[in-house]
Amino acid sequence: MQTNQILALFCGTLLVLGLIAFFLGRAKAARVRASGTAMYAQPDQYAWFSVLSTAGPAIAVGAVGAFVMLLAGAEIPVLYLLAASLVVGCAGLGMGIALVRPDFHARQAIERVIRFILAGAALISILTTFGILVSIVGEAIRFFQMQSFWDFITGTIWNPGASFLEAAGRAEEGASAAQFGSVPLFAGTFMITLVAMLVAIPVGLLSAIYMAEFAPQRVRTLAKPVLEVLAGIPTVVYGFFAAITVAPIIVDVAGFFGLDASFNNALAPGIVMGIMIIPFISSLSDDVINSVPDSMRQGSLALGMTKGETIRDVVVPAALPGIISASLLAVSRALGETMIVVMAAGMRPNLTANPLEDMTTVTVRIVAALTGDQEFASAETLSAFALGLVLFVVTLSLNLVSVIMIRRFREKYRINNL
Amino acid sequence: MSQPFDEISAQLRRRHRKSARLKWLSMGALGLAGLFLVLFFADMLVKGVPAFQQAQIQVEVDYSERASQLPLAAVQEEVRPLVSRGVLRLIPGRMEDNPELLGTTRMEWVLADGQVDQYLKGHHSKLRDSEQAVVDRLVEQGRAELRFNTTFFTRGDSKMPELAGIASAAMGTLMTLLVTLAVSFPIGVMTAVYLEEFAPDNRVTQLIEININNLAAIPSILFGLLGLAIFINFFGVPRSTPVVGGLTLALMTLPVIIIATRTALRSVPDSIRHAAFGVGCSRWQVVRDHVLPLALPGIMTGSIIGLAQAMGETAPLIIVGMVAFIPDVTSSFTEAATVLPAQIFTWAGEPDRAFIEKTSGGILVLLAVLITLNATAVVMRKKFERRW
Repeated sequence: MQTNQILALFCGTLLVLGLIAFFLGRAKAARVRASGTAMYAQPDQYAWFSVLSTAGPAIAVGAVGAFVMLLAGAEIPVLYLLAASLVVGCAGLGMGIALVRPDFHARQAIERVIRFILAGAALISILTTFGILVSIVGEAIRFFQMQSFWDFITGTIWNPGASFLEAAGRAEEGASAAQFGSVPLFAGTFMITLVAMLVAIPVGLLSAIYMAEFAPQRVRTLAKPVLEVLAGIPTVVYGFFAAITVAPIIVDVAGFFGLDASFNNALAPGIVMGIMIIPFISSLSDDVINSVPDSMRQGSLALGMTKGETIRDVVVPAALPGIISASLLAVSRALGETMIVVMAAGMRPNLTANPLEDMTTVTVRIVAALTGDQEFASAETLSAFALGLVLFVVTLSLNLVSVIMIRRFREKYRINNL
Repeated sequence: MSQPFDEISAQLRRRHRKSARLKWLSMGALGLAGLFLVLFFADMLVKGVPAFQQAQIQVEVDYSERASQLPLAAVQEEVRPLVSRGVLRLIPGRMEDNPELLGTTRMEWVLADGQVDQYLKGHHSKLRDSEQAVVDRLVEQGRAELRFNTTFFTRGDSKMPELAGIASAAMGTLMTLLVTLAVSFPIGVMTAVYLEEFAPDNRVTQLIEININNLAAIPSILFGLLGLAIFINFFGVPRSTPVVGGLTLALMTLPVIIIATRTALRSVPDSIRHAAFGVGCSRWQVVRDHVLPLALPGIMTGSIIGLAQAMGETAPLIIVGMVAFIPDVTSSFTEAATVLPAQIFTWAGEPDRAFIEKTSGGILVLLAVLITLNATAVVMRKKFERRW
């Protein structure tokens, strides 16, 4: 029998059992109540409790069995598993009906089960982080067993080309040994992030200052959602825009100044990424500037400072922790951005300080390593996880620092809505 | 005596000028962002709108015995390079289906080759001069024109630009998002309800909270790595399918839905809870019958925004293999499929210039759907927003 059919059979039987439990439970509770005995709960609650006591154990047995099969590789015939879980379900049904007694607190029992289920759902988010960590760390460790960690961190040549020959056991045939020196990748990532920040921080911050301090209410209500549109455009669209429209313009402009620019230059993805990030910085900075207490502005104006001086010397310094926190979040966003660089930046690992040359980034190499026809266990594929690990650690620390900074700002001015 | 005053007022003027400069500078920054948005949409519209039109030409189709063996023979030699090869290839099949066609000759409007399409739209095309002359003559006779491009919406991917469409990608997006929604909505709402209404304020709860905020800021590509290592390699979910893509996106959407739901739950005033507890409801009854219905509009708004975000996401789907060549509309959750952003990515990598137009057309469709979704969310929020 197919797995699908077995699953359907399981669900169907369970549904029938549940219905039986519901009606039996309710009938029994109604009978007890009709006899004049005072009960702790309503008949429906007893009915639902019987359903839970039928389905819960049955599903638990099924799930545990499936996990044991998957994890330990134990061969439990699926039909036995089905039968076992249904037997447990029937036992649960019997117990549930037996528990329909006047002195049994069905409502509280349901409450406990529901709290348990909800807590289980909350654990899934923890499991996700855990899953990311385990999957990345596990594969990264496999990678570092093949390649030295030190070479990975300090090497300046990234040439995974020959690694598939090694994986095939033909290392000698390769023209050169595979090299995994990640410095050029990080340099490229850093350069593109730098360009993006040079675009996003001034424009985003100034927009926020304008919206918070100068703009009339009408402009404010209009400008905020318009900026949010920038954040809502899919990154693949930005990538196409960077590659097809912005990169040729940059090549032309560079040519006008007598410079030689590659079509995969680092400037185009950097600028477009910066534009994408503007709303992140502007909306968070706007909130922060707005929550600087008005008394500080009043004090400054009362001393005879102009509006501009007040903003520059009082408001912005007060809001600085929040602004820095927004910028750190933006940096972490830029580091992990994938589609724009995959489509507009180069594939060639290139250690250079010239943003007009083509460069590659960590995320580009991750995608390149995982979309090839490589065997999963090859060093190139696993290198993606090593790069992912570095990306995870860096973005995680940036986020944590950012959270700490904004918390400090909040405590200093006692603001609760940030 | 007057000199210090002059000096001071000059200084004051300078300071006010400086202040005004800051105002104009910051206004300029906002204007720059707005200008970019306008330029971006203008560029996409100019590039993408032609994709909704397509060249068709009227040719004499000769359903002869020879044409059923050699489809090229069905049309005259002169227009042979102008007709889409995909159309010609179908002719023998049509003759088998309709035997009465055999031996007849009909004037029919057929799909033109992609190059003719580009030529008629005034773009660079690879047509030879003699072929261009033929096309010009056909246009004069009214036998070649641009019509609304239905192929774009009804067909899947193709290597021939004139036959490429977004139907399979749209279907893939729909199925992937269904999986995403089915997984992330219940889990997200349950998590938020637990954290807001049930959880004791202890270390574990704080850990979960920090963790959720962190998940929201993790680069999306790392979710792809998770999907590859856990779902595909460990659990053996088939690669490239809506199931694995949807699960991966669900994990990404989860924090968005949790955060939105918590905000919505928090905005329900405590007096409601007190009243419900006062009449003897248990905690679950309070949540189910009073708090959740009041918070529902906020939850829906947050979920729509999260879904729109998931819809535009590409990077994790590339990692789990959803960038695939899918010519036929997928019909199963466990078959290989592609999604709209991935289709855009695939087309953007095609060397043929005609695909630039297709890419921009696909982008316009994607943006239209996303803007509609987000606008729905905004309207819903406006309509159901309650001030307590």
